Amino acid sequence: MNKNNLLLYSGILIFGIAAPFLFPAFKVQLSILCVLIVLATTWNIQGGEMGYNSFGNILFYGLGMYLCASVQVGMFFPLAEWTESGGEKTFVHTPAQFFQGMAVGLIVAAIVPTIVAGLIGYSILGLRGHYFAICTLGLGVAAGEISGGIEIIGAGQGFTTPPFPDVGSLDSRGEFFYFLSFFVLVLTFIAVRGIYSTRFKLILNAIRDNEDKAEAMGIETMKYKIVGWMISAFFCGLAGGIMGGLVGYIDSTDVAFDGREMGVFMVLMAILGGKGTLWGPIIGATVFHIFKEGFWTFFLGWQYVALGVLIVVIVIYFPEGIMGWLREKYPERFGEVVDERDRKAQVELK
Amino acid sequence: MDFMVFQYPMISVQACLDGILLGILFALIAYGMALQWGVMNIINIAQGDLVILGGYIAYFMYLYGIHPAWGVIVSPIIMFFVGIAIYKLVINKVVDRDLFISILATFGISILFMQLMNFAFGADVVLANSDYGTTMLFNSNVVLPNSKIFSAFISILFAICLVIYMKKSKLGRAIRATAQNARAAKILGVDTEKVYAATFGINAALCGVAGALISITFTIHPYMGLPYTIRSFMIVIVAGLGNLPGVAMSGMGLGVFEEFADYILGTEFRIGSVFLLLVLILVYRRFKLSRKREYLK
Repeated sequence: MNKNNLLLYSGILIFGIAAPFLFPAFKVQLSILCVLIVLATTWNIQGGEMGYNSFGNILFYGLGMYLCASVQVGMFFPLAEWTESGGEKTFVHTPAQFFQGMAVGLIVAAIVPTIVAGLIGYSILGLRGHYFAICTLGLGVAAGEISGGIEIIGAGQGFTTPPFPDVGSLDSRGEFFYFLSFFVLVLTFIAVRGIYSTRFKLILNAIRDNEDKAEAMGIETMKYKIVGWMISAFFCGLAGGIMGGLVGYIDSTDVAFDGREMGVFMVLMAILGGKGTLWGPIIGATVFHIFKEGFWTFFLGWQYVALGVLIVVIVIYFPEGIMGWLREKYPERFGEVVDERDRKAQVELK
Repeated sequence: MDFMVFQYPMISVQACLDGILLGILFALIAYGMALQWGVMNIINIAQGDLVILGGYIAYFMYLYGIHPAWGVIVSPIIMFFVGIAIYKLVINKVVDRDLFISILATFGISILFMQLMNFAFGADVVLANSDYGTTMLFNSNVVLPNSKIFSAFISILFAICLVIYMKKSKLGRAIRATAQNARAAKILGVDTEKVYAATFGINAALCGVAGALISITFTIHPYMGLPYTIRSFMIVIVAGLGNLPGVAMSGMGLGVFEEFADYILGTEFRIGSVFLLLVLILVYRRFKLSRKREYLK
C-alpha cells in the first residue's frame, strides 16, 4: 500500500466516523447508503467479476433480515406471540437483551445465508447466462411469496422488529445503526479488497471470460463459483440483518424479499458505477442513492416511473458505468499502457 | 396442507378442467414469448405487464358499456402498436447486445408499466364481467364458467390463425428465416429490422388477446405481471423454442399444477409454488444437460 492510498483510506475512514456528527439529520440516510454500498460491492463479486448476473442476492438479504429479527426476539420472548399482534408492546427488551440479541442475530444472519448459498450453489450455479438470471429472479420472488404465508414470522401482516431500547439520549438509535452499518461496510471493503488482490479474483475473471477454457486449464470452476456466491451471501445476510433493525418493520415482499426494489437496485448500482471494479459499485451506490433520494423527494408518487426510466437509460446508454467511462478517458491512471498509434487508429475509426 | 382434493374425486376433475382451460391461456402468452425469443434472442420480462395492459383495455371497454368480449379484437390492435413503440424506443438498442442487458432493460420497462398502470387505473383488483353464465357438468358437481370455455376457444383460434399466418404469408416466412439465421436472411434481402419490429408487435398483440381474456375470466391488477412472465418463460424452456404442441401441452400441465397447488397448499402459496417450480425445472434441466456435457449458449 503506497502513501497516497494510505492517505485516501484514512481520510475516508475519518470522514465516515465524523459523518453522523457533521450531518446529524441524515444519519438514517447515511446508514442506508452504507448498506447499499455493501450490497452493490458484494453483488459485484459474482455479477461483475464472475460474470454470473444474479437477481437473487435479495434472497440472502431477506433471509438475513428475518433471521436476525427472529433470533433477537426468540432469544428472550415467545416468537409466535410477538408476531401475532402487538407483541412488541407486551414484551420490552432491556438494553442488554437488545444488544445481545442483535449480536447473536447478526451472526446467525450472516452464517445461515452462507450455508444456504453453499447448499443451493451446486445446482443453481450450473445454469448459465440468462437461465441463471431468471432462475435467481424466481428464487427471490418465491422466497418472498412463501415467507408471506408463514404464520410464525408474521405472514402477510408483517413483523415488527424489536424497538431500540431507551438508553438515555434520543440520538443513540441513529448513531448505533450508523456505526454498525459503517463497521460492516469497512469489513466488507477490507474483505473484498483482500480477495481482489489474490489469485481467487483472477480465477473468477477467468470464469467470466471463458468458463470452458478455465475448466480445461484445470480450475475447478464450480468450487470457486460456490465460494464466490457464499462470500456474497455472507455480507448480504449481514446487510439484511442491519436493515431490518433500521427499518423497524419487515414485510415479506415490500421490505425483505423486495426483488422489485432492492434486488434491482444492487444490480443497477454496480452497473452504474462500473462492473468488475473495486471502486465502481461504491461510486455507483453513492451516486444512485443521492439521485434516488432526489427523485423520492421531488417526484413523490412518480418515483417508480422515474426508476423504470432510469434503469432503461442506464442499461442502454451507460452499460460500462462511471469507472468504465473514466477508464476509457484516462487509461494511464488505471495503469494501462496505451500505444500512441493505437489511440490514433481509434480516433480515426471514430 | 389440505388433501380434500384426493378424497372427493369431483374436486380433482374440477381442478383438472380449470387447469386445462387456464393453461391454454398461458400457452398463448408463452407462444408470444417463444416467438420473440427465437427470432430476436431476447427475454422480455415485461411480457406479463403487456398482458395486464391488454386486460385493462378490455376492462375499460367494459366500463364504457361495450361488451368486454370485443376487447379480444380491439386490445391486440392497440397492443400491436404499443409493442412496435417499445421496440423502436428500447428493444432495437439491446437486440444485438448481451442477453443480460436485454433482461435488465425489459425489467426496467416492466417496472415502468407497472407503475404507470397503477397511476392510470388504480391499485384495485378488477374484473370485466361478461355475463356468460356457467355450465354444470357431472350432476352439477363440476361448475365451469362459460367465460373460461370462451377464452380457451378464442386462444386456440388465435393460435391457429397465427400458425397459418406464419406458414403462408410473406412476413411469416421472413420471420421464420430470421429466426433460423438473421445474417443469412439479411443477405438474402430480408429487412430484419422490420421483421424484429413486427415480431415484437405480434408478441404484444398476443399478450393483448390473452390479457383481454384474462380480464374476462379472472382478475387483473397492475402488479400481477411478473408471474405471467415467469409462467411463459417456464413453458418455453420446458417445451423448447418452435415446438407449438409442446407449448400447448406444457401450458396445460402448468395450469393443472397450479390448480392442484391452490387446493393442496392454499391460495397464499399459489404464486410462490409457480416460482419454486421454475427453480426446480431449471435445476432439473441443468443436471440433465450436464450429464450430456453440453449446454445452450
